[in-house]
Amino acid sequence: MPGRGAGPKAVDRELLTPRSERTHMEFRRKDLLGIADLEAGEIRHILDTASSLKEISTRPIKKVPTLRGKTVVTMFYEPSTRTRMSFEIAAKRLSADTLNLTVAASSAVKGETLADTAANLQAMQPDLLVIRHQASGAPHYLARRLKCGVINAGDGIHEHPTQALLDLLTVEEAKGTLAGLKVAIIGDIAHSRVARSDIHAFTKMGSEVTVAGPATMLPPYLETLGVRTTCSLEEAVTGADVIMMLRLQLERMGQMFLSTLREYSVNFGLAPRHLALAQDDVIIMHPGPMNRGVEISPEVADGAHSVILEQVTNGVAVRMALLYLLIGGEKEG
Amino acid sequence: MSLLISGGTVVDPAQGLEEARDLLIDNGKIAALEPPGAIPGEGRRLLDARGLVVTPGLIDMHVHLREPGEEYKETIESGARAAVKGGFTAVACMPNTQPVNDTASVTRFILDQAARAGLARVYPVAAVSVGSEGQALSEYGDLKAAGAVALSDDGRPVMNPLLMRRALEYAKTFGLPIISHCEDLDLRADGVMHEGLVSLELGLWGIPAAAEEVMVFRDINLAYLTGARLHIAHVSTFGSVQIIRWAKSVGIEVTAETAPHYFSLTDEAVRGYDTNAKVNPSLRTAEDVAAIKEGLADGTLDAIASDHAPHSSLEKDVEFGAAAFGLIGLETSLGLSLKLVHDNVLTLSQLVAQMSTNPARILGVPGGTLKPGSPADVTLLDLNREWQVDVTTFASKSRNCPFNGWTLQGRAVMTIVGGKVVSSEQ
Repeated sequence: MPGRGAGPKAVDRELLTPRSERTHMEFRRKDLLGIADLEAGEIRHILDTASSLKEISTRPIKKVPTLRGKTVVTMFYEPSTRTRMSFEIAAKRLSADTLNLTVAASSAVKGETLADTAANLQAMQPDLLVIRHQASGAPHYLARRLKCGVINAGDGIHEHPTQALLDLLTVEEAKGTLAGLKVAIIGDIAHSRVARSDIHAFTKMGSEVTVAGPATMLPPYLETLGVRTTCSLEEAVTGADVIMMLRLQLERMGQMFLSTLREYSVNFGLAPRHLALAQDDVIIMHPGPMNRGVEISPEVADGAHSVILEQVTNGVAVRMALLYLLIGGEKEG
Repeated sequence: MSLLISGGTVVDPAQGLEEARDLLIDNGKIAALEPPGAIPGEGRRLLDARGLVVTPGLIDMHVHLREPGEEYKETIESGARAAVKGGFTAVACMPNTQPVNDTASVTRFILDQAARAGLARVYPVAAVSVGSEGQALSEYGDLKAAGAVALSDDGRPVMNPLLMRRALEYAKTFGLPIISHCEDLDLRADGVMHEGLVSLELGLWGIPAAAEEVMVFRDINLAYLTGARLHIAHVSTFGSVQIIRWAKSVGIEVTAETAPHYFSLTDEAVRGYDTNAKVNPSLRTAEDVAAIKEGLADGTLDAIASDHAPHSSLEKDVEFGAAAFGLIGLETSLGLSLKLVHDNVLTLSQLVAQMSTNPARILGVPGGTLKPGSPADVTLLDLNREWQVDVTTFASKSRNCPFNGWTLQGRAVMTIVGGKVVSSEQ
């Protein structure tokens, strides 16, 4: 496939083939902090593992004993519904014990530092900590200090790696491949951890990524990450195989990034007329939660091209895979 | 007893001197500076400076000593000890203490503490505005009488251009320079590091170079308008160097400093979310570093100052976004700056001018030269001694140094203030 197959980065073709017959590489990481640190081979391994675990969630008894006796703590400093639930369901389907620490109920409100909270958790000897935090780099800070593994469930405006992995899995299931696909990511790129992780993930797997949004939300140097940028939604979706709409964070309205929601919706909201510009079999994605009528029209969100709920289903599979790879089985050395 | 320093190479840009000279110190002053062997040694304490460079005492014109108010980070005594260990005989300390140095009583307190420590000379810089709140002018006349040598709202820049204009005019009334921390706080917004590729990749809010440059241009304009003495603090960007170079070329009276971290590090140092690399202005790009070096080499930048900003683990051992800005520099400034000499960016004379002669001139304080009659503030350098930066050995109370573990070439081996040896490695 000359042209479309030419991703922005040179990629080992073998790694791009799903369920390859290669012997699985060891996944030797203690933490999953971001997509930027991952090799394409590791991403391939995570996706293959997720695919094979997906079936568990379709059984009448949705539980396997794989992580029995392991303790997974989720620590969320920002509100979250699906990510947190997804991690919890994933852990429970693998029989891990889960413990959820919410900010309101935790010591954070009493002024305890992140380091002290972490040290106290460590003293209770969990196997894995899943953290979401408003500060970019907070999971990295903890990972350096903790013996247990750390999964980044979203840090500030930096990365949201598990979202990107479930996005990859969803696209691969729909398209049969990731290499050479045209992926458009639309919205507030500057403040989106989903966008950052997706940009790394799709470019590493050989897709061609175009990002679009108002120039206030396109930070300088984006092209350095191997993507095309445009301020035109129409241009970005033309010929696209995948359209990823980002949630518009409404608090940006007060920060001079936009004029009005109405105007944003007119210029950057995905409507049925845009789908005609894309490939016939384009899929529409959204990390949720959606602002219906702002970045995405209800017709598109609920239409035949939408795979938004498949994303949620795959979220559980990807998180099961990561829990398994990080704390399942014995690791030597 | 008088002290004879013999056999060294004297570098004194104020006299255009860079040759073998013997130096006689008597009664706290430079008594004589003569060719080798010309001053008899009998009855004098002798100091063999063979193989060493003898310079006028180095002056760091931009430090934060944290006292009063944040003595857990630094005191005037610990800061002065770090200064003399780093080769500095004098420092100018910024007013962002608690309380802010906006009154004569705080200025006098600083001078009293410095006298009690008896190490480096400490020159208080007082606040431009009351409480550094950018609303009303502080009492410049009183402050000068109490011993303040300059005015600055460092760290809390004057955003109101009218207040800045009046401050420049009022400072001119009393013959004080204004040291401007050039930063547009609205443009900085929530930024925590330089806006560029690294901030994009790390997901940290960026501070564009323009946040500094628009204020450099504003203040130079206002200096031209008022004819007042403006000194630009910690220049960090290519654009700022260009603007200052232009201003000097058209005859506007402005001086400027940079700090060693702006020619030694780039924003790459922030990777890994290292809070010791969180500093304001931000560490910039390789292009900016090259421009800073060029600015020092062609004299656009007059001085090197450390912007020594001590913080404890309370402020630094936290998430990057929550960490305080600032790094310490008194004990690494000279070693990092000497690299510019070893790399042939600067001559040794230029470096001494930027670390002694020019700061003295800009602040209007004694020193900066070894002319007979000057205060006997002297630094002895071993240009070639290799040493490793080890924060655990620092005299400063704080450890927020991004250069820990670096190997540097050249350091101060003796520091003499008013004829008294206050730091020595021999």
